[in-house]
Amino acid sequence: MRMGVDVGGTNTDAVLMDGTKVVGWFKTPTTPDVTTGITTAIKTALEQTKVPTDQIQAVMIGTTHFTNAVVERKRLMKTAAVRLGLPATEALPPMVDWPPDLRETIGDHKYLVHGGHEFDGREISPLDEKEIREVAKDIKSKGIRAVAISAVFSPVNSFFEEQAAEIIQNEIPDVSISLSHEIGRMGLLERENAAVLNACLGDLAKAIVESFRKALEEMKIDAPFYLSQNDGTLMSAEYAEKYPVLTFASGPTNSMRGAAFLSGAKDAMVVDIGGTTSDVGMLLRGFPREASVAVDIGGVRTNFRMPDVYSFGLGGGSIISEEPLRIGPQSVGYELTTKGLVFGGSVLTATDIAVAGGLADIGDPGPVKHLDATLVREALDEMQALVETAVDRMKTSVEPIPLILVGGGIILVSRKVEGVSEMVKPEHFPVANAIGAAIAQVGGETDRIFALAEIPRDEALAQAKQEASDKVKAAGADEETITIVDIEEIPLSYLPSNAVRIRAKAVGDLALE
Amino acid sequence: MRLLHPENVEDIALGAAVLGTGGGGDPYIGKLMGIQAIREFGPVTLLSLDEIDDDALIVPTAMMGAPTVMVEKLPKGDEIIKAFQALESYLGQKITATMSAEAGGLNSVTPLTVAARLRLPMVDCDGMGRAFPELQMVTATLYGISATPFAMGDEKGNNAILNTINNRWTERFARSLTIDMGCTALIACYATKGKELKQWGVPNTMTLVEKIGRTIREARKSNINVVKAVREVVGGFQIFKGKIVDVQRRTEAGFAKGEAVFEGVDEYASQTLKLQFQNENLVAMLDGEAVVSVPDLITVLETESGEPITTEALRYGFRVTVLGIPCNEKWRTPEGLAVVGPHYFGYDIEYVPVEKRYG
Repeated sequence: MRMGVDVGGTNTDAVLMDGTKVVGWFKTPTTPDVTTGITTAIKTALEQTKVPTDQIQAVMIGTTHFTNAVVERKRLMKTAAVRLGLPATEALPPMVDWPPDLRETIGDHKYLVHGGHEFDGREISPLDEKEIREVAKDIKSKGIRAVAISAVFSPVNSFFEEQAAEIIQNEIPDVSISLSHEIGRMGLLERENAAVLNACLGDLAKAIVESFRKALEEMKIDAPFYLSQNDGTLMSAEYAEKYPVLTFASGPTNSMRGAAFLSGAKDAMVVDIGGTTSDVGMLLRGFPREASVAVDIGGVRTNFRMPDVYSFGLGGGSIISEEPLRIGPQSVGYELTTKGLVFGGSVLTATDIAVAGGLADIGDPGPVKHLDATLVREALDEMQALVETAVDRMKTSVEPIPLILVGGGIILVSRKVEGVSEMVKPEHFPVANAIGAAIAQVGGETDRIFALAEIPRDEALAQAKQEASDKVKAAGADEETITIVDIEEIPLSYLPSNAVRIRAKAVGDLALE
Repeated sequence: MRLLHPENVEDIALGAAVLGTGGGGDPYIGKLMGIQAIREFGPVTLLSLDEIDDDALIVPTAMMGAPTVMVEKLPKGDEIIKAFQALESYLGQKITATMSAEAGGLNSVTPLTVAARLRLPMVDCDGMGRAFPELQMVTATLYGISATPFAMGDEKGNNAILNTINNRWTERFARSLTIDMGCTALIACYATKGKELKQWGVPNTMTLVEKIGRTIREARKSNINVVKAVREVVGGFQIFKGKIVDVQRRTEAGFAKGEAVFEGVDEYASQTLKLQFQNENLVAMLDGEAVVSVPDLITVLETESGEPITTEALRYGFRVTVLGIPCNEKWRTPEGLAVVGPHYFGYDIEYVPVEKRYG
């Protein structure tokens, strides 16, 4: 059996699954330290289902530890950013566009050296080993143990980044190195930013992995554990120590993956209505559509694969204010069960409106009987409109598509949403996110530019697919289950020699023992 | 005269997207470079056209190449300085000021770097009053000013000076060299005397884009209607309000061409607007009739946030308001229309100034 856990802004959910069957689940408020909430959720789910711990084969955890650390600027390492690109790129050194407080937190240690490639594979300048060794010595003398390396056009040719890593590793044996081409995409500053964020989370990643290991040990769960990545696939504990940044935004991804699994739909819109906010995303071939523009994390622009999610302030705990009528964005959050009218509290919430309108039978309907019928109707209309606008915003064409509703707050939507072919409220909808974590597969992707003047298109595509499949295998997948789930070709305008950027993504089932 | 500080540059970059009319490139990199240079070398002096001496030598600066490459291979910062020095020694004369070739998009902020580093003033004008895709599409062309001697430089220290028989040839050679330079180059061209610039320059456009940026920023802060505020500050007309229902794209000869279809709401319910673009927005057709076309500006703003939407970002579901903005008078002459009118872009329609229809 698998245990899936997902940490949300309001609640932490755990679900126990036997193959494709949901055995049981438990929801508990998210704690400030995150780990306590995770432990409570797992423990209670096990107690309630009476499943012995030796039945657990794997634990999958979707956590917000790392996003929180960046946003709160806590537990981040001093980090050196080394960029290969001189004489180009000098005008804008690493971390130039960071919020000053975050830059100072990690030390503002930046080094520009020679190297890097042109768009067509020519070298901008040769790599200078001596120069990099000098940089490594300086980093060492400052006691810095986290290094991010970036090189111009490294998504096309990663050789220089790898060379530099080897030289630095030789000088500073206990250093941990993040390479930009393994994390981000085209766009030097954004890719480099993602690598620096990844590097500065190194110690925290080790500590979190260790605390999970300990917590599972204390619960007597002797099974490997994995962390959810933001593309809907898993990473091993060892991998997570190296790439903590890939957990960012795994929450919305997990709910979308869970929604796909519960409904059986591959191409659909998913709305996850939580306690405070709702997330809308689009499923393509069973995976979340990825954001194509820069994504801001704690004030830093990054461009690594993140789900394309639109969030808006509607949840079960949204506070309703009258005259003028306003829904949210303030929310009572996890205190809904004490502050909402139907729970004996004194705050009018979206859940109270749903109960007054007869959409849900929760708590005590007594306190909402006196509510003005016009207010209830208008508030319900407004909530419906919020969902409809968000869904339409995320659609890619006028064609109606299925809509899957998940999350604790879906009682707020009663009528058919416009532009939607069917509406599905699957079983176990309140814990779709934890289910998404539990059922996740392992994945791998490649994203680089091919010059079609030098290599035929078919060969380029085949090469990209092979690279992606190899990465899935290396991540621990059962080889026979590996499939290509996405391949995208983007012709690059203004570029000669028919340059095309190819992105291939493969997934496979986790090889369970 | 006044000084440009980093906060002015932020506003200029934000406002430049409105005059970019969907194209012109993302000003992000140029903005960061400008701010960085000002922090290091001090604020840039902005002079109005009438503060320029008649015999001053002004050279516009711009970036040329593929925006997709520019975000990867960032500039060194002194490319343009070397090109300026080469141009000065060729002309045997000191350059006294620089300016923006196009007020829309990336190149609105490009000259800030050279201005700050060489402590040269920047003139409050440009050669388009908007963004256009080709080098010869500047008002200087209409006054017989040659793009050459044309200087360009790369980060390695290479630079070249071109002399050509007309501005179209300059465009052609410069593009070839840009590819060899790694698909990005900094260029300096249309060297001009103060007396001539007073004739061809589109005046006060830096101040205008800065004002647009400030208006957007302040309207957002005080929660007032951003679209209306922008329309008022640019003196434009609302030509449509609706939702994007379809976008078709294709790449032709290195240009991103396509068409977006908008379905009307409110007073435009049951109407359809089609927007045709080639890097920039070119022609807006309302129920089959061309209502706004180049050289007038067509700008698409997200209705709620007022965020200008580039042609690359157009996609299904956006709630948008489309503005038509009158272009500079110089483009409305027969000579101007021959360079940037609908016929040049392959449309068989007659240009009608936007205010004739909506004013």
